[in-house]
Amino acid sequence: MIKKLLQGGKGYEKQSILTVVFVLLETALEVILPMFMSNILNTMQLFSQPNPLKENIMYLQFSSFKVVTATAGTVITSTMLTDIVITYGVLMVISAVLSLTFGALAGKLAAVAGAGFSKTIRSRLFSKIQSFSFSNVDRFSTASLVTRSTTDVNNAQQSFMMIIRTVIRAPSMLIFSAVMAFIKAPNLAWIFLIAVPLLGVVMFFLASRVHPLFKSMLKKYDSMNAGVQEDLVAIRVVKAFVREDYEEEKYRAQTEEVRKAQLKAEKLMVLMNPLVSVIMYGAIISLLVIGGVDIANGRIESGTLTAMMTYCTQILMSVMMICFIAVQLVMSRASIDRLWEVLDAEPDIKDGENDKTVNSGSIQFVDVDFSYSNNADNLTLEHINLDIKSGEIVGVIGGTGDGKSSLVQLIPRFYDVLNGQVLVDGTDVREYSLFNLREGVAMVLQKNVLFSGTIRENLLWGDKDATQEQIEQACQAACADEFIKSFPDGYDTDLGQGGVNVSGGQKQRLCIARALLKKPKIMILDDSTSAVDTATDAKIRSGLREHAADMTTIIIAQRISSVEDCDKIVVLDDGKINAIGTHEQLLKTCSIYQEVYHSQQKATVEDGATEQPVETKTVKKSTKTASAKTAPKTKTTKKSVKKGGEDNA
Amino acid sequence: MPRPMGRGKGMNAPRPQNIKGTVARLLKYLKPHAGKMVVVFICVLINAFANIAGTAILAPLLNGLAAVKPSPDLTLTNIAWLDDFAYGFAPGNIVADKITYLTILVCTIAGIYVIGIIANYICNRLLVSISTTTMTTIRNELFAHMQKLPIKVFDTNTHGELMTRFTNDVDVMNEFIARCIPQVVSSVLTIVGVFAMMFVLSWQLALVMIAMLACMLVVVKVIGGKSQKNFVAQQEAVGKLNGYIEELIEGQKVVKAFNHEEIAVAEFDKINTYWQTVSAKANGYANIMGPIMNNLSHFFYAAIAIVGAFIAISSGEPLGFVGIIAAFLMYIRNISNPIQQIAQQINMIFMAVAGGERVFKLLDTPVEVDDGYVTLVNAEVDEQGNITESAKRTGRWAWKHPHSETGEITYTELKGDVRFEDVTFGYEENKTVLRDVSLFAKPGQKIAFVGSTGAGKTTITNLINRFYDVPDGKIRYDGININKIKKADLRRSLAMVLQDTHLFTGTVMDNIRYGRLDATDEECIAAAKSANAHQFIKHLPDGYNTMLTRDGENLSQGQRQLLAIARAAVADPPVLILDEATSSIDTRTEWLIEKGMDALMQGRTTFVIAHRLSTVRNSNAIMVLEHGEIIERGNHDDLIAQKGKYYQLYTGAFELS
Repeated sequence: MIKKLLQGGKGYEKQSILTVVFVLLETALEVILPMFMSNILNTMQLFSQPNPLKENIMYLQFSSFKVVTATAGTVITSTMLTDIVITYGVLMVISAVLSLTFGALAGKLAAVAGAGFSKTIRSRLFSKIQSFSFSNVDRFSTASLVTRSTTDVNNAQQSFMMIIRTVIRAPSMLIFSAVMAFIKAPNLAWIFLIAVPLLGVVMFFLASRVHPLFKSMLKKYDSMNAGVQEDLVAIRVVKAFVREDYEEEKYRAQTEEVRKAQLKAEKLMVLMNPLVSVIMYGAIISLLVIGGVDIANGRIESGTLTAMMTYCTQILMSVMMICFIAVQLVMSRASIDRLWEVLDAEPDIKDGENDKTVNSGSIQFVDVDFSYSNNADNLTLEHINLDIKSGEIVGVIGGTGDGKSSLVQLIPRFYDVLNGQVLVDGTDVREYSLFNLREGVAMVLQKNVLFSGTIRENLLWGDKDATQEQIEQACQAACADEFIKSFPDGYDTDLGQGGVNVSGGQKQRLCIARALLKKPKIMILDDSTSAVDTATDAKIRSGLREHAADMTTIIIAQRISSVEDCDKIVVLDDGKINAIGTHEQLLKTCSIYQEVYHSQQKATVEDGATEQPVETKTVKKSTKTASAKTAPKTKTTKKSVKKGGEDNA
Repeated sequence: MPRPMGRGKGMNAPRPQNIKGTVARLLKYLKPHAGKMVVVFICVLINAFANIAGTAILAPLLNGLAAVKPSPDLTLTNIAWLDDFAYGFAPGNIVADKITYLTILVCTIAGIYVIGIIANYICNRLLVSISTTTMTTIRNELFAHMQKLPIKVFDTNTHGELMTRFTNDVDVMNEFIARCIPQVVSSVLTIVGVFAMMFVLSWQLALVMIAMLACMLVVVKVIGGKSQKNFVAQQEAVGKLNGYIEELIEGQKVVKAFNHEEIAVAEFDKINTYWQTVSAKANGYANIMGPIMNNLSHFFYAAIAIVGAFIAISSGEPLGFVGIIAAFLMYIRNISNPIQQIAQQINMIFMAVAGGERVFKLLDTPVEVDDGYVTLVNAEVDEQGNITESAKRTGRWAWKHPHSETGEITYTELKGDVRFEDVTFGYEENKTVLRDVSLFAKPGQKIAFVGSTGAGKTTITNLINRFYDVPDGKIRYDGININKIKKADLRRSLAMVLQDTHLFTGTVMDNIRYGRLDATDEECIAAAKSANAHQFIKHLPDGYNTMLTRDGENLSQGQRQLLAIARAAVADPPVLILDEATSSIDTRTEWLIEKGMDALMQGRTTFVIAHRLSTVRNSNAIMVLEHGEIIERGNHDDLIAQKGKYYQLYTGAFELS
């Protein structure tokens, strides 16, 4: 995992390596500093007791400005004292300044490298996701991709920063301090050999016990918050059914569970402090006892003992730090794995070799089978044969889940067929480069998406070099110019995130205009006028015809009125083509088409018959025929339930 | 260690406005734990004292051990009582019997440490109980309060905003109680104690310490300020970045359809690079703080040593004073940790107080006013039509209306007669949404509202169930002014099926039962059957026990709608409101639902909002709304005959077909 993390830091090797170097320098200085302190303290204590020096000590003599050595056995004079204190005081300040500088530089570089790391990862992730096919996206789910590129990247960044700073710092501190301790007082330093493993074991034991407790608590915590979210979203339902108390009770039960889980985890967690303290103070007391005897016997000086106490703290702190890092890494492991899952995924759809472009806009489906799960037993579309000539206007009618959107998504190769072929312009879509194919095919999706920015910016997606005149023409054809002009800022009106500032019908019309600007050979409207009233709907269709007469157009619709003047209408039923024909033909021959037609027109067909009994009868009749068709729908549900299960796994 | 509290932390919490008030209010939540808090406080005190005492004894110990001159001239620390204390262990012969002296003092130190550790544990253990309980209390209170807020609050705040109160804000408060308070108190106590000892030892050196501390605070403030500023910028950049990611990934299909991948990546790189710059700056400054804090005690140490040495030499009595300095230096090491702690906690405190402030603000938002006193009771009607209250569920209901002047109680049978009299309403002061709307719905009638988005259709239903209030007497329900009816009872008499069905985590059965909590399984299944939902439920993996998660994501829109209808059916209310209940469903699926709907509407007063005219055609009365006014009303035939807006809408659809 660390390898993966470091690999992500590519491009910032210089900063990363320098960070490591500076951290090493910083810790080295931090370890030397207690030596200077102990020299000062020793000298002072020897002077005040007064005792003669036990070790040689070098210092700067200010009267002569020379470095001199006071040998063991000398009694310290006032001048010597000041000289020694100043020498080591100044050394301390210099070291501290250097240590601070190195630390600051390391911190800064770590920040740069860390930011660079997450920038790189995020960029790679984003580009990768951009290269994904729809089925890739479906597999990960949009929400999960968003979390991965936001939360998970953040977690990984934290780990990376931690690795380059702390992962080096803690062990090097441990080693440096231990080395110094052994040099300074080998007969005391062995205490660390007991204390360090002991602390490590205790920490590890606690962490491994506490970690799962916290994990389960977090899970409860998340579900508690999911409960709040649910309640917030459905507040109208809650209030309408007067379920405030019920919801409160539900929430209380959840908070109580979180409390219990948290208490359980924290209870164990608070043991950490005393256990660590016992070991730490145990080591200090041992130092005091053994060191105390040494002092009493004149073997070491008291300053040395205080230095050892400093090393003791430094060493044990490093051990704790290492344990923390280990836990942190384990925690962020999940995030990193999730990131690399995306980075390692291969886009399902590969570019074709051919550099052909779409010229005419004829479409053929040759015996096409299609399945979202690539499973021949779970076909969404079955044996589709369809021939659409260039410039034709084709309507597609069918119920929810009958495969209308799936059918048209095969044309710009959003998905690939399982069997058979989809030909555009006589060439298999898999032979085109995706760019060329999609340049020729415009699609207005069922779920209309506009992006934050102005209306103009959104329209320019269709053609970034479009002139104002072209934009206006497209908008006229899509019946959008009228309302755009009614806005105070016209085409420069800001849409807000996701186009919140326009109504559903206006959004749909903008999306159509945007697609028109692409000047496509094939235009696909996937239920994209559902929020537009019937009159405008008709106007849009005639607008399209005038705007681009030779454009092949496929219209998916719920309303018969939207498709009935098409050159031909395709009726889909449960993934199969039920019938193809003109409105008149289908009205005569296709029972599904008749049903749909009557469901929408029954009012007029039976005009005048407004008495309720008659009405209910008609409704009943039509429902009967419809309920016979419920079976395939339930199948779809099962599918999605299963799919949900896979996602969780 | 894993800590859930750190989630969603931002260093750039806006500065709270009323620190004192908020903290005081926060502390009020600790009142039920006053006893425990006292123990906590005592433990913190003991712990801080133990820390100082440990060091205090260290000085005479080391000095005594190093001494060669026999007592009583021996200067241990220059603090008379401390010397006396140390001498007490080995009067007169420290030098002679150093081992005894050492043993006794080390045992004392060990004892003090043990006391400190125990006190520390008790304190933390108690705090864990206190903080988890307190947070649960606050959470529950917050949730209960939120539920009672008027719909307006939910309409004007985003869900994300309200969610933050429950997640981030409560978490930082928890952090505050469980960690900030004890750490800051203990740090402050330690610092105060150490400074007291320093002043006892040498006021000159203590003053030097204070001066240096002040300098350090200035440096920290300057760097902290820079870091803070950049963190704000970073947070904004993160928001932008995440917003872009979310928008683009959600709109991925459009990106692909328009061959926009490269432009998207280029745009993303721009935002990403900006983020990188500010993030590097912000974290860079923050990372400097660590080394500064680390090296702080080194500066203090060196400065005090040098200054002290000079004072000692110039004082003429260097021997004693140098001993003081030695002790002083040991104390310095004692305060560097608490100072670091405080520096770390300051940001946390601000965040906690700001979070607390937001939580309290929500808690202070006034709840839905409900001064209704007319209640809904189970009723029995005898042959003469006299209504009596019943304790059992009788299937018939009555409004119980106590009259304040006469003290008499009258019962009115619940029938579902709803009248609007010249209702004018706006969500904001000067923006009327409804103008002079009058209408009446007799029991069992179906009233439909037709009109474009924003014409005020949904507003009418918002008024009927009092999500929003209108002036007195404008809306009457069975002849009673609805403002006099208790909201809960009013709403219990109405059932709503909304365009966006919301399902809850739980089984299908649970979701149907949501309509009436005491409904039996059989009643729920009967309701599902009448709503035409039984068929698809049976085909679900676990039938009625299938778990629904995340708003029923594994169901189709039509199936969710059917469940919502079943839910309304099991509630069995006299009045039904269907707000665009079938608009997002294709017509063939709508047939299925319609049958369920028709069964549900049988014998109930029903308000239907729809944009599909076929749905409303058989209504007793259709209201055509435009800009908040009823411009046409009548049944289908009347309106067709009028050849007005309705006619246009209707024939517009027809002519085109």
